[in-house]
Amino acid sequence: MEDVISLGVGEPDFVTPWCVCEASIYSIEQGSTAYTSNKGTPQLRGAISRYLDTRFGIRYNVDEEIIVTCGVSEAADIAIRAVVDPGDEVLVAEPCYVSYTPCVSLAGGIPVTVRCRAEDEFRLTADALAESITPRTKALITNFPNNPTGGVMQEADWRAVADLLVDHDLLLISDEVYAELTYDGNHFAPAAIPELRERTITLNGFSKAFAMTGWRIGYLCAPPEISAAALKIHQYVALCAPVMGQVAAYEALRNGEAEKDAMVREYRLRRNLFVDGLNKLGLTCHLPKGAFYAFPSVESTGMTDTEFAEALLREQHVAVVPGSVLGPSGAGHVRCAYAVSRDDLKEALARMGLFLQSRK
Amino acid sequence: MDEKDLILLQLLEENCRTPVSDLAVMAELSEQDTKDRISRLEAAGVIRRYAAVVDWERAGNGSVTAVIELKVSPERDFGYDRIAERIARFPQVRSLRLMTGTYDLQLLVTGSSMHEIARFVAEQIAPMDRIRETATLIIMKTYKENGVTFAVRGEAERLPYSF
Repeated sequence: MEDVISLGVGEPDFVTPWCVCEASIYSIEQGSTAYTSNKGTPQLRGAISRYLDTRFGIRYNVDEEIIVTCGVSEAADIAIRAVVDPGDEVLVAEPCYVSYTPCVSLAGGIPVTVRCRAEDEFRLTADALAESITPRTKALITNFPNNPTGGVMQEADWRAVADLLVDHDLLLISDEVYAELTYDGNHFAPAAIPELRERTITLNGFSKAFAMTGWRIGYLCAPPEISAAALKIHQYVALCAPVMGQVAAYEALRNGEAEKDAMVREYRLRRNLFVDGLNKLGLTCHLPKGAFYAFPSVESTGMTDTEFAEALLREQHVAVVPGSVLGPSGAGHVRCAYAVSRDDLKEALARMGLFLQSRK
Repeated sequence: MDEKDLILLQLLEENCRTPVSDLAVMAELSEQDTKDRISRLEAAGVIRRYAAVVDWERAGNGSVTAVIELKVSPERDFGYDRIAERIARFPQVRSLRLMTGTYDLQLLVTGSSMHEIARFVAEQIAPMDRIRETATLIIMKTYKENGVTFAVRGEAERLPYSF
């Protein structure tokens, strides 16, 4: 199929900031092509530690609490494997990225989804969480700002669920890869709450904030005993993250901030443009406060999300992701990544308009 | 001048043909407020002109552009301003700046040929009072202009679909 506008890709359309590429190219020219420490280079871990402290007020020890991984995908996998025993129930706040549930199953755990509903602006509520906790529950996996809903959790939202996590002695695996893409106010990291710090595994990475998806650099931060367990798995499955990517990531933290900020400003402009356009078309869409996804409801069309996505692709060559793929609460919605140019967003809206017209 | 004005200026600098309705939505303003702000920025001389960035090499009109560096003796009471104002009046002069460093004024001059630029410098600029020295540097190729990259380069392929 030609002439497709893909809003299906959860990837920045920007190329990695040039200073980052340049630093990595130079390091290769200098012959920096060997394994690093399993945990990652001390420079990068140091920079991550300082960044998390200044940006989100969470402190992690450079030597004992930070592991550089092959993207957040690996970080999520080793975090789950480090803490889940066979038969443990693991709560997964959905809708969410597709890998958490299978990773829990691969670790012998039993994934149990917790719904984040549209009427709650796709936040995790204490009521929804409480309903799903059993004596076998070991951990909760969350992703805020959220893929696919763009939902965020502010400090008050986290405090509302913190007591439950403490009372039931649950661990929290918090994937914060979209943290920098928070548009109204600042991202809040749950590990900044003292009671949660000791039971939280913070996952983050460079893919989304610095447009570095292909470099595969993420990181896991957790108290020493959890980090030590995760490191054992990491050293067997990955040995270390690629050194070129680690050099690039270090440069991103040192000199990439201005370009990162410019990209975040651009995403915000696109969000405003696209969400306004969706609502004008009658596809009800809340204003996503983070990440780069719009998650409009397609219920007004009388189609299911899958029917809508398939017909829209077939008839108007616009690709979106059916929300039900990303969890039961996503049913009736489609995920549209607005990490494409403004021109493409306008064209996609025009085509969606034609599509809806033809259905009337 | 506030944050919203800066957003509007950035959007207009990037593409001055963006419809007001889009500008308003992106900057989170009403359309009327957006129009009023742009009018104010125009009236205040912050927005000087709406123009296209043209790749003249690609247009193929054969024009030549040169950077001309001038060493100038400043005037008592006026410094460089009066001589700069006189130089700016020549239509061939596309831009004119006072610089730090080894020379004082920098001009960007466009002409239909190298010969025309040489004549302009030799006959109009060099003989002016207070011009002590000139250096003419012909632009051989433009790679980037006003933030726009001209060099054609293939885009890396990307997967059409991921989560």
